[in-house]
Parts: sequence; structure tokens; C-alpha cells
Amino acid sequence: MTAEVTMRVWRGEPAGGAFVDYAVPAVDGEVVLDVVHRLQAGPAPDLACRWNCKAGKCGSCSAEVNGTPCLLCMTRMDELPRAEPVVVAPMRTFPIIRDLVTDVSFNYEMARRLPPFAPRPPEANGAYRMASIDVARGQEYRRCIECFLCQDVCHVLRDHEEHKADYGGPRLFLRAMELESHPLDTADRRALVRDQLGLGLCNITKCCTEVCPEHITITDNAIIPLKERVVDAAYDPVAWLGRRIRRRTRRPDPSPLPAADDRSPDKPASGVAGRQ
Amino acid sequence: MATTEQLTAVPVVIGGTCGGPPVRTRRRDRWWRAPAATVAFLSAFVAYATWAALENRDYFVGAAAHRDLISPFYSPCVAASCVAGARGGLYLSWWAISPAILVLAVPLGFRFTCYYYRKAYYRSFWRSPPACAVADGHRRYRGETRFPLVLQNLHRYFFLAGLVFNVILTIDAVMAFRLPGDGGIGVSLGTLVLCANAGLLWLYSLSCHACRHLCGGGVDQFSQHRVRHRLWRLVTPLNARHMQFAWASLAFVALADLYVRLVASGVFSDPKLF
Repeated sequence: MTAEVTMRVWRGEPAGGAFVDYAVPAVDGEVVLDVVHRLQAGPAPDLACRWNCKAGKCGSCSAEVNGTPCLLCMTRMDELPRAEPVVVAPMRTFPIIRDLVTDVSFNYEMARRLPPFAPRPPEANGAYRMASIDVARGQEYRRCIECFLCQDVCHVLRDHEEHKADYGGPRLFLRAMELESHPLDTADRRALVRDQLGLGLCNITKCCTEVCPEHITITDNAIIPLKERVVDAAYDPVAWLGRRIRRRTRRPDPSPLPAADDRSPDKPASGVAGRQ
Repeated sequence: MATTEQLTAVPVVIGGTCGGPPVRTRRRDRWWRAPAATVAFLSAFVAYATWAALENRDYFVGAAAHRDLISPFYSPCVAASCVAGARGGLYLSWWAISPAILVLAVPLGFRFTCYYYRKAYYRSFWRSPPACAVADGHRRYRGETRFPLVLQNLHRYFFLAGLVFNVILTIDAVMAFRLPGDGGIGVSLGTLVLCANAGLLWLYSLSCHACRHLCGGGVDQFSQHRVRHRLWRLVTPLNARHMQFAWASLAFVALADLYVRLVASGVFSDPKLF
């Protein structure tokens, strides 16, 4: 007799929904997304589920299995307890569209708040040259596949609706740190991430790091370094004094960077200063 | 093409109905074990440290016992009430209560503002959140944007002050090699305890996120700051083990105090190894 597994899948729309149980044969080596596809091919042809690569690289099939945010395509069925139904629900933080599909446009709208890359002028031959040790740190940040599981699990977004308008979330802080630490970038986003993107609301409980399918150490390598840079700019009295003294003793720069307007169209936004 | 200023003016539209049932969590694993263990361990440490700090005795094993061991809770002993041999030349004659209160303020501040301990106690004591994908225990939330939690941003100053204490405790560990009247210089179990304590405290301090930032975290072009890059490369692997060093050093500082206390009170004598 073939073993069965019970899939308890959330079926619903914005108006409401409920969990529906489906009993399907257990197949060795499957991931949760495989079983969802079997449900679509059988008892639930109208089950909505966003997916694309099935290889953990597109970040489309984000959902919550047994209450834990994860990619459906990277969650093995044999690692889940068989004695109980496997509960599959949409990401809790984002508005539901249908079944397992959520509206993640919040993340894209928030990303537009962050001023883009603002490189210094190129060298005389038009090239940008960077040393390998300067670009090594940023490779980790660029592994992000934008699955938004970190946004989903972050309790500031998940449990405090009142902060959604003024809190960027882990994904945006990762992007901010990527730009801030870029060896060619000239913009200073520290005041912006502190005042308008709510970096101080993050209390570094590291859930974003725990759920990241790309194993990016978001908290330790992006959020905390970004917080320390904000401390440099806003909270450290010695750093403030040092900046004041350097500003007084600095000689005129013989080759100043072009004004922000000259770097159009990607000029820094209001509240974003050039590096001092 | 839209400029950045135009882009920032786009209002973020949020809202809609979230999917799934409105329950505190759908997790079925034993997620409460880690915060419960943190509460138990930190509470035990705070209770022991409070008792040990207020006890104000049995914190030094001197020449009478052929040893030079001082509890890390009482070093540097800078009060007039310190026992003979434990006190240095510089002390506060007006300080009447236990000298441990003076000593513990900085290390406790360092640990309280530490990025790892913040995670630990926000999760376990403040339940904000108690675990990943478990609902926040509070309806209102301000994070670290308001007083007093905005003071967490002064962690780097506690780190720097903590280094002074690390130096003092390292000197204590070196002095523990003195065995007056028992061969002059040697190694006892107490020597190893104080050396291990100092070593773990150094590892905890050097793995600190503020240390990593001061070494090179704020540098964008490492190629222009080779020394800072080298320092940053040195502390980065330590930083990855900051949690382990945090717990090990916390446990060992209490164990070191307990060891000195038991020897000083005569429960057993410190065995000489060689």
C-alpha cells in the first residue's frame, strides 16, 4: 500500500479563505512545489501558485510551510513530519491575491525610495576600475534573489502595519549597504535610511538571516554594518568632532567631483548627500 | 526618464488582506525552547552576579594561601574596603559599598548593548518577536528609535571601555602564575581558569560588531586602506562566532568567580599543576 501525505493548503482570496485538505500519494525525493504541481494536475486545477525556475534561483515560490517562510521548491517533503498534515500558506506579510499568490509590489515601491547607484566620474579613458579586494565584500549582497522571505518574516512588517509606510525592511537595507559600501559610489544614504527607511526600527533579531535561501548573512554583514555607519553619521560625538576638525583643516580639492546635477539622470535624491 | 527625486515622491501603497488564518503562529516545532533557554541562562547569570557582587568577600586568594588569584567581578579592586593584596595604589577612599558594583558597570553595559545579546533578550525577555514567524508580543513597537533604546548606538564606547578591563584581567591572569611561597612561579588550576577567562573575554571583544566596524567596516575602498583591510579580515571570522564567544565568556566569567570564591572561602585548595 502506497503511503499518503495530507497537504493542508490555503485556498482563498482577499474576501476570505480556508485551509483545504488534499490526500496525495507520497513520492520519494519530492519538494513541496512538486506536490503542489500534482495537486494542480489532479484535485485542485485552479490552485494558484507563483513559480518559475524550480531551482531556488528565481525567488518566485515563496510561501510558508508549517508556519516557516521558505521557498516551496527548496523544501523537501521528506524533511517534514509525516504524521501531521503539511500546512502550506501564503506569505503572511503581503496582501493575498489568490491561494498561495501574494502581492509583493510593496517591496518594489519601497525600493524606488532608495537612491540608485551614483558612481564617481570615470577615468580619462572612460573606464571604471576597481580592485578585487574592493568588490569582494559586495558579492554576498548581490546573491539576493528577491524572494522577499526576509521581508515576510521581519516582525516589523509582519506584525506592525503602522510601520509599513516608513520601514524598508531587510531586503532594502541589504540593497542600501550594497550601494553604501560600493567602491565607486558617491552618494551618502545614511540619513535617508535612518530617517525615512526606519533602520532604527530593526531590532536585529536575525530572522531575516535565518530564512534567507541564499544564506546571505543579512543581519551581521549588511544591517549591522549599516547601523554602524549610521552611528558614525548621527550618534557618535567623537566622529562628529572629527568631521568638524577635518572640515576646517581640509585643503581645497584641486579636482572636485562634478555637482550632483551633472550626474543626471541618477542624481542623489533630497536628503542624500555626497560623501564628505 | 524620471529622476530620483520624482521616484521618491511615489507614495507606497500598502494594504489588502493578508492570507492565512489570523493566528499567532502556524509553527508546530518547539520554537519556544531557544528563548526559554536564554531566559533561564541569563536569569541565572544575573542572579549569581548580583549575589556575588553584593557578597563583598571571598574574592581574593593571596600570599597566605601561596596564590595570587582575584575574581574577575572584583578586578580592578579600587575601593578602600578591598582586602589587602587585592587593591592597587589607586583607589576611591569614599566608596563604601562593594567594589564589584564599580567593576561590573562597564562589562554589563558592553554586553547589554551588544548586537548579539540584543537579539537574545529582545526575543526571549521582550518577545519582540519571541521567534521567527511568531507574532510580536507587543501591539506597539518603536524599535531602537526612542530613548532609552536609542542609546544602544553607543555600543562602540562600551567596547572601547571594555578593552581596558580586558587588559586588567589579562594582567590578573599573568599575576596568577605567581605562587608566593610555593615555588615562586608555576601553574595552578586557578592560573588556567583566569587565563581561559581572559582569553575568552578577548575573543568576545574582538569578535564584536563595533570592533569589526572600527577595524574597517566603514571603508569602501580597502585597496586604499591595506592595514584596515587586514584588521577587518582578521576579525571577520571571529565575528561569525560572536554568539559562541558571548555565551562562553559569560559562563566562564561566572565560573572563574565561583572558583576563586570556593578557594578563598576554604572549600578546597587550588591545586598546583607544575
